[in-house]
Amino acid sequence: MSSENGMFGAQGTGDTSGYGGLVRTAASTGSSERPYGSYFDSVTDDLERAYPDFADAIERVVVDRGELTLHVKASRLVEVSMILRDKLKFEMCLGVSGVNYPDDKDRELHAVYPLLSMTHNQRIRLEVSVPDSHPHIPSLVEVWAGNNWNERETFDMFGIIFDGHPGLTRILMPDDWQGHPQRKDYALGGISVEYKGATTPAPDERRSYR
Amino acid sequence: MGLEEKLPSGLVLTSVEKLAGYMRKNSLWPATFGLACCAIEMMAAGAGRYDLARFGMEVFRASPRQADLMIVAGRVSNKMAPVLRQIYDQMAAPKWVIAMGACASSGGMFNNYAIVQGVDHVVPVDIYLPGCPPRPEMLMDAILKLHDHIYDEKLGPNREKIIKEVELAAMNAVPTHQMKGLLA
Amino acid sequence: MSTYTDPYAASRETTEGTVFSVTGGDWDSLVTEIGQAKEERVVVNMGPQHPSTHGVLRLVLELEGETVTEVRCGIGYLHTGIEKNIEYRNWTQGVTFVTRMDYLSPLFNEAAYCLGVEKLLGITNDVPERASVIRVLMMELNRISSHMVALGTGALELGALSPMIFCFREREKVLDIFELISGLRMNMAYIRPGGVQQDLPAGALAKIRATVKDLRHSFKDNENLLVGNSIWMKRTEGIGYLDLAGATTLGVTGPVLRSTGLPWDLRKMQPYCGYENYNFDVVTADTCDVYGRFLIRVNELEQSLRIIEQAVDKLEKLEGAPVMVADKKIAWPAQLALGGDGLGNSLDHIRDIMGTSMESLIHHFKLVTEGFRVPAGQVYTAIESPRGELGAHVVSDGGTRPFRVHFREPSFNNLQSTSAMCEGSMVADIIGAVASIDPVMGGVDR
Repeated sequence: MSSENGMFGAQGTGDTSGYGGLVRTAASTGSSERPYGSYFDSVTDDLERAYPDFADAIERVVVDRGELTLHVKASRLVEVSMILRDKLKFEMCLGVSGVNYPDDKDRELHAVYPLLSMTHNQRIRLEVSVPDSHPHIPSLVEVWAGNNWNERETFDMFGIIFDGHPGLTRILMPDDWQGHPQRKDYALGGISVEYKGATTPAPDERRSYR
Repeated sequence: MGLEEKLPSGLVLTSVEKLAGYMRKNSLWPATFGLACCAIEMMAAGAGRYDLARFGMEVFRASPRQADLMIVAGRVSNKMAPVLRQIYDQMAAPKWVIAMGACASSGGMFNNYAIVQGVDHVVPVDIYLPGCPPRPEMLMDAILKLHDHIYDEKLGPNREKIIKEVELAAMNAVPTHQMKGLLA
Repeated sequence: MSTYTDPYAASRETTEGTVFSVTGGDWDSLVTEIGQAKEERVVVNMGPQHPSTHGVLRLVLELEGETVTEVRCGIGYLHTGIEKNIEYRNWTQGVTFVTRMDYLSPLFNEAAYCLGVEKLLGITNDVPERASVIRVLMMELNRISSHMVALGTGALELGALSPMIFCFREREKVLDIFELISGLRMNMAYIRPGGVQQDLPAGALAKIRATVKDLRHSFKDNENLLVGNSIWMKRTEGIGYLDLAGATTLGVTGPVLRSTGLPWDLRKMQPYCGYENYNFDVVTADTCDVYGRFLIRVNELEQSLRIIEQAVDKLEKLEGAPVMVADKKIAWPAQLALGGDGLGNSLDHIRDIMGTSMESLIHHFKLVTEGFRVPAGQVYTAIESPRGELGAHVVSDGGTRPFRVHFREPSFNNLQSTSAMCEGSMVADIIGAVASIDPVMGGVDR
């Protein structure tokens, strides 16, 4: 999925330790095989029964570290959510978390929705991936009203545009801010710290371990 | 401004300075500007155990128009900075500012896009109080040092003289990162 | 009269209508101008600097007389970029950042983050029992201190001044215990991935027992003052109504959800840190209003005291057990001891790493400079903080630094329900409703 060069953070600093030649590739988690274990099998079976287009809409099912993640196609997100809410009783959506994977070509922006079923005491996760060039995801405000501010925050921080949101504006940054701060290509923005006789560079420019 | 600014330099002015200083320091009213964690320690300093009322400061005025002291307690984000300046402007002179905590003094541990790296970028600060958060006793120490500072404040022609001297010293000073440390 | 013109004083025309800035002494002119305006409704801005809005919260109210027709919250005035900052620090340093998000319950933030990291590392079952019990103890103490601030400031905003003093007085006793155990009153960075930073000092258990007895007695002061007080009840009953359907669709958790009658508490339903081994009740109310939430918080204090007593008994039996995970490649290496010049590296540890064991020295060096590596993946762990479900979504790419940490803050979601709670009520009721949600703006804005 992604590879990292060198041992230390900053590149091109004349590092002669020899660790500059290290290349580390991070493996991506592939799809999981059935049986998934615990309640995940029953949840996926129920969803498949209630939603005939399951195979088309759900790209991947990942069971990792005791948690179930359904990777959903952006266009089918609202349908899948409605069925999860109404038929499988996942009444509560705990927000949207955006993640930016710059190395995942054409799937750079992910939106992760943790869902909670209080009736069955179960948790699952929905994940939607969209490319940088067309960062549109349908809004889930009509399914779970609490996603209103969370989607605004994800838009503010990552630039993902939620189609159908009643009022998609910046929420955490000032209204006229340029850029989306939590993306990986946005600098941390610190200044170098002044001491007596020297300055220390900002956290994203220091030499440090990766 | 007031009559005290028009007195000529001399014994009368010195006595008036001392009287005005004594009055001002003993009933300094803070404006509520608690932002984050330091605000909780400021509230604890105003509560029962570390009592600010013994210094005449238990009334935290909600309106800046009635306050003398602004304790900037907490991290100031870029969105909050214009509001901070507006509150400072609405206070009537004489007014003082304490930057409470590391975030208010210098941006603290948050050296990033969102936090103003020290409120002295926005308002003039009289006392910088380090800590994350500073204990209520540390806040009281800062306030008492400010009290001494206020007591010694000059008026009229004496004040103008001091202001000129301070400005000249600041203009000729070596920048901090060019100063030599203890080893040099 | 001076000729000094206030730049904020003049009324000015904007695209939304006339904007007035009330500066004092000009009430007559303000009233005349509003009377001449065609609009019946007035938009009032409360905050972000305001004594009653519980932090830097901006409320934009559309008023028709005293009735509120629309409420909108403006947040983001405390946005600190903590989540992005963590991406440039290693996993253990993330604790020091995360602890400052919701600053009234720092230990909960730390616990959620550390539980997430431990889940990614796969060492959830290897965390020693003594560490889990200490975590539970500290978290319940934190719950008490957080509810004290909630009750005190809530009462202050509604006009009751004494509960504020009582609550802060009790809170100081809890902060004394925090100082004894971790060294700091707030933002302690005490819970670390793998366990806790250091063991309890001698005499801590006795002090905790004495404080619990003291608190049980002193909580009665507040109860006698406010519970059943007809003025308080008139101010809080029927205010800020949010029923179960509204709460679930808005993603509201914590005391606000429990005030609808649903006994949803993650400590019971999805236990973590060994909560299944403690006897306590989930406190609910069925009135869905501010008074119900107030009663829930008051009663949760007693339940926390029960848990603390059980934790102290358990700790006595676990005397001498480790408080950090045994795997030396993850466990934070420093052993602290109280010396003549304060708390610092214990001399035994220094003798060990410098003189005796090469591996200890290597571990200490690598762990402090580089940090441990966490295998790639993502987890979502949730705990029950005093405000609701605090969730940590932790993503790792296999390195020594978090790839992405996102916190699902209960205050962020709970604050959304302000509009649902307050539209149609009076201005004074908004204050009560916001106080009952108990938002902490550091958590809302992160």
